[in-house]
Amino acid sequence: MNLKHALAMLGLAGLSALAHAQDPNLARNLAATCANCHGTNGHSVGGMDSLAGETQEKLMQKLMDFKSGDKPATIMHQIVKGYSDEQLKLITAWFAAQK
Amino acid sequence: MFTRRDFLKTAGVAAAGSTTLAGLSACATVGGKSRGHVVIVGGGYGGATTAKYLRMWSKGAVDVTLIERNPTFISCPISNLVIGGIKQMEDITVSYDNLKSKWGVKLITDEVTAVDSAKRTVTTAKHGTVGYDRLVLSPGIDFIPNAVAGLDGNEERVPHAWKAGPQTVLLRKQLQDMTDGGVFALHIPKVPYRCPPGPYERACVVANYLRQAKPKSKVLVLDANGEIQSKKALFTKAFESYKGMIEYVPNSELRGVDAASRTAELEFDKIKADVLNVIPPMRAGNIAMKAGLPLINDRWVDVDWLTLEAKGVPGVHVIGDALFPAPTMPKSGHMANQHGKVAAAAILNLFEGLAPNPTPVVMNTCYSFVDSKNVIHVASVHQYDAEKKQPMPVQGAGGVSMAANELEGKAALAWAKNIWADMLA
Repeated sequence: MNLKHALAMLGLAGLSALAHAQDPNLARNLAATCANCHGTNGHSVGGMDSLAGETQEKLMQKLMDFKSGDKPATIMHQIVKGYSDEQLKLITAWFAAQK
Repeated sequence: MFTRRDFLKTAGVAAAGSTTLAGLSACATVGGKSRGHVVIVGGGYGGATTAKYLRMWSKGAVDVTLIERNPTFISCPISNLVIGGIKQMEDITVSYDNLKSKWGVKLITDEVTAVDSAKRTVTTAKHGTVGYDRLVLSPGIDFIPNAVAGLDGNEERVPHAWKAGPQTVLLRKQLQDMTDGGVFALHIPKVPYRCPPGPYERACVVANYLRQAKPKSKVLVLDANGEIQSKKALFTKAFESYKGMIEYVPNSELRGVDAASRTAELEFDKIKADVLNVIPPMRAGNIAMKAGLPLINDRWVDVDWLTLEAKGVPGVHVIGDALFPAPTMPKSGHMANQHGKVAAAAILNLFEGLAPNPTPVVMNTCYSFVDSKNVIHVASVHQYDAEKKQPMPVQGAGGVSMAANELEGKAALAWAKNIWADMLA
């Protein structure tokens, strides 16, 4: 999937999502579901990729490639399909903002 | 007489509704006033995660007291590797020190004897009574008394090793002491039970040890269920790789045991083993009963999935293996950690007068070793369904490994390091 295209679509979807009630900490809460493996706030203690401080574009590209099957994986291709693209955008923005 | 006020002074715990005592603990409370006091019972995967995330997400503004009976955390996941001789107890033991010193969690090493959800107090064996604004019970499981005739009181002779700790050490020792040519019999109860793939992993790592150390021995898997309950095709293949050593017998519900002779009594058969490892039928941890929570099937706690609050018992949240699960949701340490985060987020919202997050997501990953290096996984993602009022597995997401592989062997150990840090570091 073309990343620019994906982000453009997500932008639109994001706007419509804002019309509904959304938890103020939704991105934080969603990102916390990744922490079991990737470390609290995306700081891995080893053996798994750290996500904190990576650019959102890089993280989104990776996740989209897992989703499409372009990037081979043992498990991430299965996990990423459980999240909507809007959710992935929130998650990646949150990790990108972590130091 | 040791009054509640004395206790609060001694322990430095902020009381429910108290403003003067709030923030006495080392944890710097923002603005000097606590936003509330949460007591957590049980410092396993669920409770420890809740404690850390409440402190982290509130930036220290919420006081947290964690009551745990064990002085250190000992992990159930990876404990099968100790039984199989691949890892040692110290490899699965983690200190609670960081929760105290880094996160300002007040830790009480004690047993909870009673919960009064009307007065919002918890009573401990040695540390008196503690008040709370919100209570989180993460009690894990306890075994159903008298479910297997002859078993109660004989757990030294017939270990379960389904709670990591001395039982893990005991089962390892019995396996080491077994003579070559002996029978290691493992009984699996009917679902639901803690850690669906765990018993099958145990059969594999025990066989892995016996193949090297005592190759004439046998692993007999007596499963009360009609088939393998998790990663079936992958475990079937793993069992085949131990041909002649692992024998899998479905529909083998245990009626009783004779502990003295280590005999398993099935409906039509009696099987004498050299090591008899019985995982008994289980239910929510006993404290759920003591707290007077209504149970489904007399076994599991029913919760509101947006807050993890026990239905009909305001202010008492329950997480982890003790829950009546949502569809396809496993009783796992990973899932308990995820419950803990949903509960922490909900509690902080409720303290702020906000509604809980209407769209929580939880996910699960379970790795199982089929020998010392090769691992298989199962994964799933569960999104809250507003109509069904519970998390539902996302169709087309999740799944299992293509085949057992060493890459996931490394991932499994990295998973353990990271989740332990996510809870406790």
